[in-house]
Amino acid sequence: MQAKRTIFPNKILPYMLLVPQLAVTLIFFIWPALQAVKSSFELADSWGFQTTFVWFENYRRLFVDPNYFASVGKTAIFAFSVTALSMSLSLILAVAVNRVLRTNRLYTTLLVWPYAVAPVVVGILWWFMFNPTIGIASYLLRAAGVDWNHRMDGNDAMILVIIAASWKQISYNFLFFVAGLQSVPQSLIEAAAIDGAGPFKRFWTIVFPLLSPTTFFLLIVNMNYAMFDTFGIIDATTQGGPAQATNTLVYKVYTDGFLGQNIGSSSAQSVVLMIVVIALTAIQFRYVERRVQY
Amino acid sequence: MIENRPFLAFLTHLVLIIGVIIVVFPVYLAFVASTHGSGDFMRGLVPLLPGPHMIENYSFMLNEGISTAGAPPLSIMLLNSLVMAIAIAVGKIIISILSAYAIVFFKFPFRMLAFWIIFITLMLPVEVRIVPTFKVVADLGMLNSYPGLIIPLIASATATFLFRQFFLTVPDELMEAARVDGAGPMKFFRDILLPLSRTNIAALFVILFIYGWVQYLWPLLVTTDSRYYTVVMGIKRLAATADAEPQWNFVMAAVILAMLPPVLVVILMQRLFVKGLVETEK
Repeated sequence: MQAKRTIFPNKILPYMLLVPQLAVTLIFFIWPALQAVKSSFELADSWGFQTTFVWFENYRRLFVDPNYFASVGKTAIFAFSVTALSMSLSLILAVAVNRVLRTNRLYTTLLVWPYAVAPVVVGILWWFMFNPTIGIASYLLRAAGVDWNHRMDGNDAMILVIIAASWKQISYNFLFFVAGLQSVPQSLIEAAAIDGAGPFKRFWTIVFPLLSPTTFFLLIVNMNYAMFDTFGIIDATTQGGPAQATNTLVYKVYTDGFLGQNIGSSSAQSVVLMIVVIALTAIQFRYVERRVQY
Repeated sequence: MIENRPFLAFLTHLVLIIGVIIVVFPVYLAFVASTHGSGDFMRGLVPLLPGPHMIENYSFMLNEGISTAGAPPLSIMLLNSLVMAIAIAVGKIIISILSAYAIVFFKFPFRMLAFWIIFITLMLPVEVRIVPTFKVVADLGMLNSYPGLIIPLIASATATFLFRQFFLTVPDELMEAARVDGAGPMKFFRDILLPLSRTNIAALFVILFIYGWVQYLWPLLVTTDSRYYTVVMGIKRLAATADAEPQWNFVMAAVILAMLPPVLVVILMQRLFVKGLVETEK
């Protein structure tokens, strides 16, 4: 690992500097994670007094549980839809902002602030708009002949959480796409224009391929976001319902473990999720290393 | 601009205006709802223009709150959020800059191990270790307290990496010169490195302040005493009043107040915000 050519000779000081960070990490991150791994191999009796070591029993039950597979499926649909919807809207907006000269600061300001809105607040905003009795969106949908009710209809509920989660992520994707677009060399675009390529052709044959590092990076980040950072949105809008229709994996860890007190199963689910995060982080970092070499 | 195409220019602005409407409309609607009296929501559709009750709704929420929903006045919750967000941001910056300094400017046994332990925090979001982390905090007696809200969240791999990257770009000559002049490691840190890191610290503060402010799951787990509620989690209590329809005007006043501080930070410090966001993700 990289370090300075010349360094300070102190022996004790570096450890002192590292103590606060390492203490917090060990107590609140590593230790609980190990506990989760440990209790994922254990089964507690109904009073919680005794636990027995059961090897992979919790995992075995998890992988034959149709509810868990339903949740995996819902999470996949949710994550893909949020990523696709939010990234495509942001790309369109970023390309548009990149074309305007005088007003781009103003548009950027008006588009980026949802980053700072808490997911649970985003959930409440959209829950209000789609409220079956007084919401404006459900009113318009009714006028168009759609009987909207996310409290009863699983598909409606899924659409609601997808829209809310995508809305929040637009600002983030937008900023990264704008940064990506600004690094596309102007000379390439001018050369293509001289050769007679119109704006749309230039976008698809030059700009979009050159954006691919940004796009790939955002794909990973958005999947990560949709899976792990949308707890508040789901808790505020559907709470996993109706009939588990929006019960994503993270939400299920919370309901099974914290509300249902089914610690063994919840821990096994946590461990599975940790493996997912580790995989996503590894992909992200491998890719970042590649990008640095360009 | 390469060629002048009036239609395309028109289309560009149209796209942007539609985008801005999509982004702004939900919040506009919430603001409108927060300015009406309770009776205005009985008629079946949300009003679309602001009403006359803005001041009284907001002052009611700030000073009294809806006690039936078990939530304290918003002023208390806003204060808790502010304390939590600032403490998390400052705490993360302090412990990260110290550990980055140790990793870059010293060589010592287990340096790599320390680096990897910090790195691992990236892979363990609180959402996947809810129950055991709660247990640790409960065993330490930190439920319903500011330390319980703050300390478990202040480890930061991203901030450490950011400072590490920045420290690696600081010329070696600066440090050699400082040593020749007889400066010890802490003097070099305080008088040279810290001033050089000023912009990075500011950009990071903006991002981390927002991170701290929008925390939801963690305060939900560790606070049962309403004196320690943060505004973001308190809103959920207001909105979920049993089966009854929520009092929309009051809920939306709370929503607007809960959004305002971090959104203002983003708008007023947009340059730092963009820098912080783009750099922490590299």
